[in-house]
Amino acid sequence: MAKITLKNLSHSYLENQNNDSDWALKNINIDWKDGGAYALLGPSGCGKTTLLNIISGLLTPTNGEVLFNDEDVTKLNPVERDIAQIFQFPVIYDTMTVYDNLAFPLKNRNLSDVEIDTKVKEIAEMLELTLTLKNRASGLTADGKQKISLGRGLVRSDVNVIMFDEPLTVIDPHLKWVLRSKLKELHQKINRTMIYVTHDQTEALTFADQVVVMHEGQIVQTGTPVELFEKPKHTFVGHFIGSPGMNILPCKIENGKINFEGRTIQSNTNIKKASFKKTQVGIRPEFIEFSEEGIPVKIRRVSNTGRHKIIDVECESGNIKILSNAATKVPSESVKIIFNQKYTYVYEDNWIIE
Amino acid sequence: MNKTINQKAWYFVIPVFVLVAFNAAVPLMTVVNYSFQETFGNNVFAWEGTRWFKQILLSERFHGALGRQVAFTFIILLIQIPLGIAIALTMPKKGWGVPICLILMSMPLLIPWNVVGAMWNIFALPDIGFLGYTLNAIGFDYNFTQQPGDAWFTTILMDVWHWTSLVVLLSYAGLNSIQPAYYQAAEIDGASRWAVFRYIELPKMKKVLTLAILLRFMDSFMIYTEPFVLTGGGPGNTTAFLSIDLVKMALGQFDLGPAAAMSLIYFFIVLLVCWVFYNLMMKNEGQ
Repeated sequence: MAKITLKNLSHSYLENQNNDSDWALKNINIDWKDGGAYALLGPSGCGKTTLLNIISGLLTPTNGEVLFNDEDVTKLNPVERDIAQIFQFPVIYDTMTVYDNLAFPLKNRNLSDVEIDTKVKEIAEMLELTLTLKNRASGLTADGKQKISLGRGLVRSDVNVIMFDEPLTVIDPHLKWVLRSKLKELHQKINRTMIYVTHDQTEALTFADQVVVMHEGQIVQTGTPVELFEKPKHTFVGHFIGSPGMNILPCKIENGKINFEGRTIQSNTNIKKASFKKTQVGIRPEFIEFSEEGIPVKIRRVSNTGRHKIIDVECESGNIKILSNAATKVPSESVKIIFNQKYTYVYEDNWIIE
Repeated sequence: MNKTINQKAWYFVIPVFVLVAFNAAVPLMTVVNYSFQETFGNNVFAWEGTRWFKQILLSERFHGALGRQVAFTFIILLIQIPLGIAIALTMPKKGWGVPICLILMSMPLLIPWNVVGAMWNIFALPDIGFLGYTLNAIGFDYNFTQQPGDAWFTTILMDVWHWTSLVVLLSYAGLNSIQPAYYQAAEIDGASRWAVFRYIELPKMKKVLTLAILLRFMDSFMIYTEPFVLTGGGPGNTTAFLSIDLVKMALGQFDLGPAAAMSLIYFFIVLLVCWVFYNLMMKNEGQ
């Protein structure tokens, strides 16, 4: 059980770093609360796995510190940190039975046979592996093997943190859902800090209380799924979360007002500064409506996803996507739209102005 | 499913069939032919039945050669397999050391067998060879041309030098195909170095090691050129392995019938051992 703090953490896989792109992680600062369920979300190659391996101790960061309960563990190995990690592809010990696989981490820590037996049976029960305990692990299907990997991570009850590195990649879709709910249930039961790495937003949003979004080696936002959806702090979060992603369009700031294509747009953002770098206005497709007054646009395409309609429209500065109820009547070619004031944000150099 | 039946494809197999017939089946049948008959040249043959087989199987000379052969193969497998794995484990996995190690390891494999024999013959000569001279200089009474123990020692050392690399290269390939996640998982599971070897590396190397053992078994069981050049089977008959003895019988004494019978027995021993070994190793695969 531990609170995990990452302080000024940077990592590079190169020996000499010359420019920004040589860094896999750039100045990460974050607190993971004890007992929290976190998701680490980001596209492939954004540094998620690197960050995870640094927390687990498989990698030593180039700069910065890792603290468990305010104690510096940067130089400790995974065993000393007492953590569990589950990998993307199933790792099993081929020659052992399912039982021995699950017992392996406990045996290495010299637990008594009775203790091992109780814990293995408990975890096997939870993962529905009881019937295959005596079988050789190599004979199992991919998802059976991944269940063993999960089991080996979960069997030790005293770990500081359990980390999952895209653990459901090889699992069938329907089983994915079952295992994910199982993990969620498990989290509530054992109340241990869990960090779940994924590039799938559905997976992240259903598993976690707090989602940490990473982009190009940086943490761009941490928040609840609702916060990430309603108020993205970085244009990347806007793009990456939600389907379709946020509309991001160029705009000008004049006298504290948002000027979009010559019109003033209403927003709750309180703009204090006078001069700005590149500014953009961001609005989610869910929060745009057709109106009598507003921005004139042309309708390009309407696609029906069942419950919703996605309407592609074109204005002077680019394309806008609108998500509306399937029952909405789409007006004829030339229409006007307005943005919901509450969910209209201004971004400067991709970061939100607050 | 309705498959089109078209037997014409068999025509494509004919070239392979002809090739195999001429380089394997026909020579083998000639040997079979000789093994049941007595010949005095001029294509005159007399039927002998199983006489040569009985003679070979009951002869002390064959028992001796077979015993020496089994001992030799057993010893070199016992040295080369663990040594090969050990070297492969210590070889670098990345960096500039990799090509250097690989080239060094491949060198012995590239040298023709008779050259290896000649090299070691000179190397081990007690009066002028580096090995032989040094051993004598530091107080060992070493002479591989006269003392059977020394002859065995030299032959085994030569084979280890020549062929351990093969085991190293195969093991190295096997080790390199192991995903890093296995080592990471083992680290997190708190596995000791021995446990990593026993439960990850060794099982993952199983297939290449089976191949290595089979290749080394077959090659060492049929070894001829190197000991022939090094010791010529001597001193006496102490290093006369099956092949050397067979050639002596066939070409030295021109006993074609017994030599043919011995060839077949020899062939079946190799085949049987390989078959049994392979099936034992692969018994649990695919379950």
